[in-house]
Amino acid sequence: MNDSVLLAHGSGGRLSHELVERMFLPFLANPALNKLDDSATFEASGRLAFTTDSYVVNPVFFPGGDIGRLAVCGTVNDLAMTGARPLYLSLSAIIEEGFLISELERIVQSVKKATEEAEVSIIAGDTKVVDRGHADRLFLTTSGIGLVPPGVDISGANARPGDKVLLSGTIGDHGIAVMSQREGLRFAVTLESDCAPLNGLVRQMLEVSSRIHCLRDPTRGGLATTLNELARQSKVSMVIQEAEIPVKEEVRAACELLGLDPLHVANEGKMVAVVDRADSDRILVAMRQDPYGREAAIIGEVAEEHPGKVVMKTKLGPSRIVDMLSGELLPRIC
Amino acid sequence: MKFIDEYRDSRLARGLACRIAQRSTKTITLMEFCGGHTHAILRHGIRQLVPRTVEMRSGPGCPVCVTATADLDKAIALARLPEVIITTFGDIMRVPGSCSSLQKERANGADVRVVYSTVDALEFARANPERPVIFIGIGFETTAPTIAAAILRAHKERIENFHVLSLNKLTPQVMKALLDAGEIKLDGIICPGHVSVIIGSHPYEFIPRDYRVACAISGFEPLDILLCIDTLVEQIERGEPAVEIAYARGVKPEGNKRARQLMEGVFETCEADWRGIGVVPGSGLRLRAEYRRLDADKAFSVNVAPPREIMGCRCGDIIRGSATPLECELFTKACTPETPVGPCMVSGEGACAAYYQYGVPPDLPGA
Repeated sequence: MNDSVLLAHGSGGRLSHELVERMFLPFLANPALNKLDDSATFEASGRLAFTTDSYVVNPVFFPGGDIGRLAVCGTVNDLAMTGARPLYLSLSAIIEEGFLISELERIVQSVKKATEEAEVSIIAGDTKVVDRGHADRLFLTTSGIGLVPPGVDISGANARPGDKVLLSGTIGDHGIAVMSQREGLRFAVTLESDCAPLNGLVRQMLEVSSRIHCLRDPTRGGLATTLNELARQSKVSMVIQEAEIPVKEEVRAACELLGLDPLHVANEGKMVAVVDRADSDRILVAMRQDPYGREAAIIGEVAEEHPGKVVMKTKLGPSRIVDMLSGELLPRIC
Repeated sequence: MKFIDEYRDSRLARGLACRIAQRSTKTITLMEFCGGHTHAILRHGIRQLVPRTVEMRSGPGCPVCVTATADLDKAIALARLPEVIITTFGDIMRVPGSCSSLQKERANGADVRVVYSTVDALEFARANPERPVIFIGIGFETTAPTIAAAILRAHKERIENFHVLSLNKLTPQVMKALLDAGEIKLDGIICPGHVSVIIGSHPYEFIPRDYRVACAISGFEPLDILLCIDTLVEQIERGEPAVEIAYARGVKPEGNKRARQLMEGVFETCEADWRGIGVVPGSGLRLRAEYRRLDADKAFSVNVAPPREIMGCRCGDIIRGSATPLECELFTKACTPETPVGPCMVSGEGACAAYYQYGVPPDLPGA
């Protein structure tokens, strides 16, 4: 096989087949995919969840992950945030001519590892190759289907005054890890992206409580944006405590240096849960038992006053508004 | 030492706030010159910690905000020249000029690159020897030395295609202009931290001497700012205005001599146009004659129509401290971070952006 992806790999002819058969199928094989029919078929019954997302991270490899792991975890997490058990994913790759085959293989292997961890299968896929300069190395799109267990009703509109707000761990790890690798900004951190599938964590939480009202993963825009979205959707306010929000020392230092607020920095393996206050301690204990929830914390609660706003009690005592991230010139993250 | 937590200790902060409240008997107005201070004050809720006798006003210390529309229009005109690569710090991209912005020009095909340091701009010039690379030099005494260093290097290494549009401005000179205008009565000034690292404390000495206004230089952590307010309140209560350094770990009275020499070797002072304030003599920096070749103002001629200011935008008043963002009719209505009308809403150091981002409704707990 060639060293790098050629335009001909996207022609639909022999090289296209070779790319799929040698680069994708061996790693992602499963009965539905192996058939190579025009569409995959499967049995399902119950309430289904369906989502899609595109991944354009730069650089494609970063400490603690790569675009492949990101593409699986991102879509798995979007399914999990409705309480759904992720079942099947599709994977589309838009590859820039000249992308190294060896790097593509690393990424597909990483996709495989992430799907195994999340216990999902990729049952449909596509590849396209575009002229050099027409895409930034590699774009991936994944769509996913999941099954929502009976009785589960989780939505961003379900937060109620009195609910507790839980966060599954430290914020900003992914954004800072990716930024530290970027041209013109390179700095040394011993920090890895938190990129991880959260469906296992959600399953554990659902086992101990049926009163989980909202789940959301604070990706682009960070925790601040997610909390604002939930406050607006549920027409309530979120009152959070700065001192309770876990932030790694490296993330804080990098944010100070770059003039960023950790509340606005992206995460790829974290989750906000708004839950009934009566169950909050039990859910917290369950979260901490999962590898991706060890540093989970109760960071605040839902209130009635100032609907649509997020208010943070600062470490010094006073309160301030926490606003959504507004289109500033942060380098692209995901 | 973690260098962050120690300066955000809530017990010490409350202690300082208590001391300020005990000292403060007169109703006074302080101006934080620097936009970085405005953001830190609102982000940490410091206004809620100081007594009501202490009123705080934001000043002109936001480099993006004070850049005049005419200068922005010039940068935009330069971006339209064929083959030119514009390099700039991020914030200025989004500031609306008379009828465009660098961001819009980029969308229309101009080559505008955001850099994190002047050295990166110089690298672009080295990497693209056939194309002119213009760095938009904004900032106060803080950025001027690094821009000077880049100019010196370009001069020494004969990097012929590197140019600087020098819009750098000087702090003490504009403080004098504000005090001379006498539009608002100030009792004390929270002097900028990073600027003072370079210029030291001596250049502010005319302020207590000639205007009887207290001065203290502050760092950017909550305890730094509270300590600075405490220092100012003490000076004012005693009736003995002076210049004090409340940021001793960063600022020496004599400043950073080497950085100043760099600056003075490359630049000479000139008049500068400040948004909201107008032309202030001696408050700008232009390249000395021997570096003329690198001066974008000399190397390129662009025709720029007289600037058009935006109706209703009160950035000028806000920069002078004569209005707060809350007094602007456009604030949060026509003017938001997504659709900024004026520069104070764009910049990471702008007062409107800070009020928008951290603003505390008066009925919140702790307000």
